Amino acid sequence: MKELNNWSVIRIITGRELSAYFDSPVAYVFLVIFLLLAGVFTFTLGGFFERGEASLGSFFGFIPWLFLFLVPAIGMRLWSEERRLGTIELLLTMPVTISQAILGKYLASWLFIAIALALTFPVILTVNWLGNPDNGVIAAGYVGSLLLGGAYLALACMTSAITRNQVISFILALILCMALILVGFEPITNMMGRWASPAVVEVVAGFSVLTHFDGFQKGVLDSRDLVYFLSLIGFALFTTGVIVRNRRAG
Amino acid sequence: MIKVEHLFKSFGQKQAVNDVSFEVEKGEVLGFIGPNGSGKSTTMRILTGFIPPSSGRVSICGHDMLEDPIPGKRRIGYLPESAPSYGEMTVLSFLKFIAALRGLAGEDQRRAVRRAVELCSLESVIGQSIDTLSKGFRHRTCFAQALIHDPDVLVLDEPTDGLDPNQKHEMRTLIRRMGETKAIIFSTHILEEVDEACSRTIIIDRGRIVATGTPEELRARSERAGAVALVLGGVSASDVVSRLAGLPSVLKTEILQDDSARAALRVFPQKGALPGAAQGALAGAIVELAVRENWKIESFRTEEGRLDEVFRAITMSDTAQAMAVGGATEAESAPAAQVVEERQ
Repeated sequence: MKELNNWSVIRIITGRELSAYFDSPVAYVFLVIFLLLAGVFTFTLGGFFERGEASLGSFFGFIPWLFLFLVPAIGMRLWSEERRLGTIELLLTMPVTISQAILGKYLASWLFIAIALALTFPVILTVNWLGNPDNGVIAAGYVGSLLLGGAYLALACMTSAITRNQVISFILALILCMALILVGFEPITNMMGRWASPAVVEVVAGFSVLTHFDGFQKGVLDSRDLVYFLSLIGFALFTTGVIVRNRRAG
Repeated sequence: MIKVEHLFKSFGQKQAVNDVSFEVEKGEVLGFIGPNGSGKSTTMRILTGFIPPSSGRVSICGHDMLEDPIPGKRRIGYLPESAPSYGEMTVLSFLKFIAALRGLAGEDQRRAVRRAVELCSLESVIGQSIDTLSKGFRHRTCFAQALIHDPDVLVLDEPTDGLDPNQKHEMRTLIRRMGETKAIIFSTHILEEVDEACSRTIIIDRGRIVATGTPEELRARSERAGAVALVLGGVSASDVVSRLAGLPSVLKTEILQDDSARAALRVFPQKGALPGAAQGALAGAIVELAVRENWKIESFRTEEGRLDEVFRAITMSDTAQAMAVGGATEAESAPAAQVVEERQ
């Protein structure tokens, strides 16, 4: 028996979590729904062809809304399932720290989102076949989508630590993510602009994922956007740690 | 190897564990018995590092479980009360996962999994997903998980729960056998398990340790320990009772059955003297008296005392008095069925 280092423990937990997704039909249902919706949004609602430009703007524009429902669905089981089954007692009495367990589980579901995003490759092929898009912009869009998904997921991870009920976990995550979209959603900011000063509106909108996702969509990798997403993820995972530590037996 | 000092744990107003201290050494099997909700599981959750105590110290193989739990956790195998496992995994992949987390890889891992599967007789279900298994198999899968790294310390919360009588017996035998080389603590509310598997017992009630000792010592605390049950032919019970009352070693006599043909009695010894000595004195005195009076002894037996009686008397202290008196009238109405020694 050897002592495992930090990353080996995380890797083992990630491996189990990831295969848990694919052991259940839910993963495949999820992937199919995601790809179908992404297709419908991009080609029909987004007007991919009508735009007459070689870009994936119509695809990435819908990502924040698509993820709003799908990412909490991926993250909702992370800790609530452990609680419901009682396996949290098993996991936390292994030679594993709570941070390792949280990171391991989180990375698994993030990888799952990465897989889902990777499976949208036909749109890249399509747009490249039809025209000459700026593939750098597309790459930035994917990086942004991954970060956005990661941020939603960290929030879902946090809410799933609160309850053993997956539905409650899902709804709480949905509300949080929704709030993070709406504070930067144009109709809302316009409404706010009627009674608040532009500076206030800008500060509030600065908390929105939309504001920070926008740059990636345009192909701009701004370090402030990067810091925003990473600190959101860090904060949510840290809070998850506090919750798990304090409500282990609940 | 397990050392618990002045453990307290409260959940809001409820004091779940109240000043619990004990030690378990290598080669010992400690039975933890108590009514439901008495704090058994909470104590086990604390000593495996799942939840922190409100105050007190736990050390496993010399490692403090509060300051630096990881080295201690490496040495423990733990079977939680509900025997949880990841239902969508197969038995094999579940055990491999646990073995990997325990730092076993490659050939070591294969060997460890094979050994645990054999010990828990899981060969027939190894490729099935855990959700599809019966409760007994699920339970044994979780037990196999606890054994996989051949730990020095085993903490088993109700290990026989959900098993059929044969499996229960196997489990107890396994626990006793492993207890020779490990420090084991297991909880139960089934008293015969204590007899079959434990070298020492702690009775816990409302978070407090209320009694501790070997099963024999606990049994000796029973009012009935050392009592003589005898059946006499052709005499009237009340007559015998008055004669027995004359013996100095007799505390009281109870009539179990009284008809013209025979009288069945239970004679309680005076306590105070050593249990063994009092027992011998009582039995000898009764036989002597019977010979002198020319009674016909149909059956004669010295009782060992009953754990359930001790358990009840201790854990229901409000009603302990009533139980100690009333408890004697029920059960064992047919002493002849358990005759140990017969004389004419």
